[in-house]
Amino acid sequence: MSTASPRVGRRVGAGSAGGPVRPGRTRRPGTASRGEATSGWLFVTPTIVILGLFLLVPMVMALWVSVSDWSGRGSPFSSSVGFVGLQNYDDLVNGGGLAARDFGISLRNNAWYVVFVVPIQTAVSLFLAVLVNRQVLRGRGFFRTAFYFPSVTSSVAITVVWLFLFTQTGAVNRALSWLGIEGPAWFQDPSGVVHNALGAIGITGPALLTDHDLLGVSWWDWFAGPSVAMSAFVLMAVFTTSGTFMLLFIAALQNLGGDVQEAAMMDGANAWQRFWRVTLPQLRPTLFTVLTLGLIGTWQVFDQIYTGTQGGPAKTTLTPSYLSYTSAFAGQDWGRGAAIAFVLFAIIVVLTIVQRAVLRERPVSRRRMSLYEPTATGQKEARR
Amino acid sequence: MAFGAIATVTGLALTACGSGFSEGGGDGASSDGALTSSDDSLTVLIASSGDAEAAAVRDAVASWSGDSGTDAEVGVASDLPQQLSQGFASGSPADVFYLSTDALAGFAENGSLLAYGDQLSETDDFFPTLVDSFTYDDQFWCAPKDFSTLGLVINEQMWQEAGLTDADVPTDWDGLSDVAAKLTTPDHVGLAFGAEYARVGAFMAEAGGSLTNEDGTEATVDSDENVEGLTYVKDLVTSGNAAFAADLGAGWGGEAFGTGKAAMTVEGNWIAGAMNADYPDVDYRVAEMPAGPGGQGTLQFTNCWGIAADSPNQQAALELVEQLVSTDQQLAFADAFGVMPSVQSAADQWKTDNPDSAAFLDSADFAVGVPTQQGAADVIADFNSQLEGLSSAEPADLLESFQSNYAAILP
Repeated sequence: MSTASPRVGRRVGAGSAGGPVRPGRTRRPGTASRGEATSGWLFVTPTIVILGLFLLVPMVMALWVSVSDWSGRGSPFSSSVGFVGLQNYDDLVNGGGLAARDFGISLRNNAWYVVFVVPIQTAVSLFLAVLVNRQVLRGRGFFRTAFYFPSVTSSVAITVVWLFLFTQTGAVNRALSWLGIEGPAWFQDPSGVVHNALGAIGITGPALLTDHDLLGVSWWDWFAGPSVAMSAFVLMAVFTTSGTFMLLFIAALQNLGGDVQEAAMMDGANAWQRFWRVTLPQLRPTLFTVLTLGLIGTWQVFDQIYTGTQGGPAKTTLTPSYLSYTSAFAGQDWGRGAAIAFVLFAIIVVLTIVQRAVLRERPVSRRRMSLYEPTATGQKEARR
Repeated sequence: MAFGAIATVTGLALTACGSGFSEGGGDGASSDGALTSSDDSLTVLIASSGDAEAAAVRDAVASWSGDSGTDAEVGVASDLPQQLSQGFASGSPADVFYLSTDALAGFAENGSLLAYGDQLSETDDFFPTLVDSFTYDDQFWCAPKDFSTLGLVINEQMWQEAGLTDADVPTDWDGLSDVAAKLTTPDHVGLAFGAEYARVGAFMAEAGGSLTNEDGTEATVDSDENVEGLTYVKDLVTSGNAAFAADLGAGWGGEAFGTGKAAMTVEGNWIAGAMNADYPDVDYRVAEMPAGPGGQGTLQFTNCWGIAADSPNQQAALELVEQLVSTDQQLAFADAFGVMPSVQSAADQWKTDNPDSAAFLDSADFAVGVPTQQGAADVIADFNSQLEGLSSAEPADLLESFQSNYAAILP
């Protein structure tokens, strides 16, 4: 999450600068004076060197570590380090042992986290943005600051606060008790919420699901849902990131021209229709940004786990990024740690591509179009 | 965080670049026994339980420095395994450092550690089981710093309220079940401890079980003895007279005990510090763990003073460690932050100084160490994650998966 915020700033800046800059046509390409080109390269050199040294080289080295048997001592490029091909990856996926099962569990946990956090945080941030964007709202500045505040606070600090709030006798359970609900010991409860809900109506795992497994985790356990402990982290993620994304939506909302709204109003669209049919489609690029950043941030969840639960209770808050860290630093299995990081990288890239495909601009379908085409009676009225 | 992880892994690699891709000098095991020697100052990296510990180690190192003329500086790590890894990867590690039993195998395997145990002047003075804990691959790697054992901690007030006397202190499992039942009231349970191998394992040892055979070559986790030990724990928990700390909403046994949610707990001698700091009003006593069908048994935890293979001044590092594990120095540490000395020559004095905790040190005779194989930490963590569901699980099933995971990491 914290890693996402700087990027947010940059995107907003680039987006509001007024679209892509086209190369000038007055001068033929190639005639730019040699001096200009040289100074251009001169100006970008520091950035290229820094990015190369601290981003590209490390990534290449990590990729090498993930296919080598580097033991964590001395340089990974020394002659004593051997190439083991895809063995580290194979151990994770087909190993069948503890490593594969831990990896399966961590993917399960993180997938549920993503499934809950991304839609909720997007909806909440959009709702907040629309709310504080209203001209009639008094003290807009105050509300914007208040909603944004959790985003600028350190995730470690918020995790500590969360641990206090969600203890058995903490503020959250105190509040629930006023409603007559006895809250769980949040961070000690490994039971999955989907399992709990099914259990409440008497459904337990059918043999078909419990007897077969993927990555050492039974299908029934894949569908456990986030554990109660993970649910507390879900709430925390929504609380901390909605402010950031609200800011993105506000920027987008303020860029929308009032004329389209007015036209819709003249056509008799009510507020709800104007939001769904007019405002939301115009927010598509921002929505894409928010969902992408959300996906990246949620698949990389680490700080909260590291400071909060260290993967417990019963491994239900173990995530791939935390597993990558412990495999490398605690287990001294550097190849596996790097391999997990790259699998995570692949998951994020694939999901972003999928999301891009889903959100792409499509031509309006015929059925949809027919809603807007003038009907026979309408035409008659128009002719009159 | 994927990028974070990549960045960390490679950050290490880059540090290696920075030091000119040093190959890490030698194989680290120092086969010929010759130690490096130079005028370089030493760095000491510790993980501290608090200000008292950090100050005591600083004082001890400063006083050695004054005597020997070699400069030495103590750093307190915020995340010791990570900082050690960084040092080893870059080829410029701390010279002397705390090393836990579960980190030993990994660092020994990749050549980061100096196996100096046999060069210590008095190896016979260490408790033998502690030497075992730091023996890996037939080499005694490092000097045990201090150690802890598990004991039965009893709340005096609740004990008396239940009408129990000194004669009732349990010496076997039946006795323990008995007093746990008598101590259980609507307000608190009789006994509480953490759902983890580091507590439950004591009962497996009392049943006569072990994790490997004598030679450490074969896993014996699913033995009848271990099943019996785990079944006893399950019976305790399902009877309602005992509970896991988490089920009482406590982070660990000491918290459940200190807050009065349990009348007894199974914890180590570190509980003294916690009780002083957080629950000074609770009056308690410590007894040895009761015997099971296999006799008395408990678990022991320890750290050692590691020396880096890449240290340019191993000779001075060894001299420093000799000083740090000396009888007098260990008694000074015990006085400063409540640890138990690793040398037998300090035992009597320690028991005189800490009569209330004598049971912990007496337990050293029958204590067994926790597993030290590379990958053992993951296997134990997996067992721990399953223990939380012990009350609804079959002990034999739990041990079966523990067995297969453990067998996979044995050499």
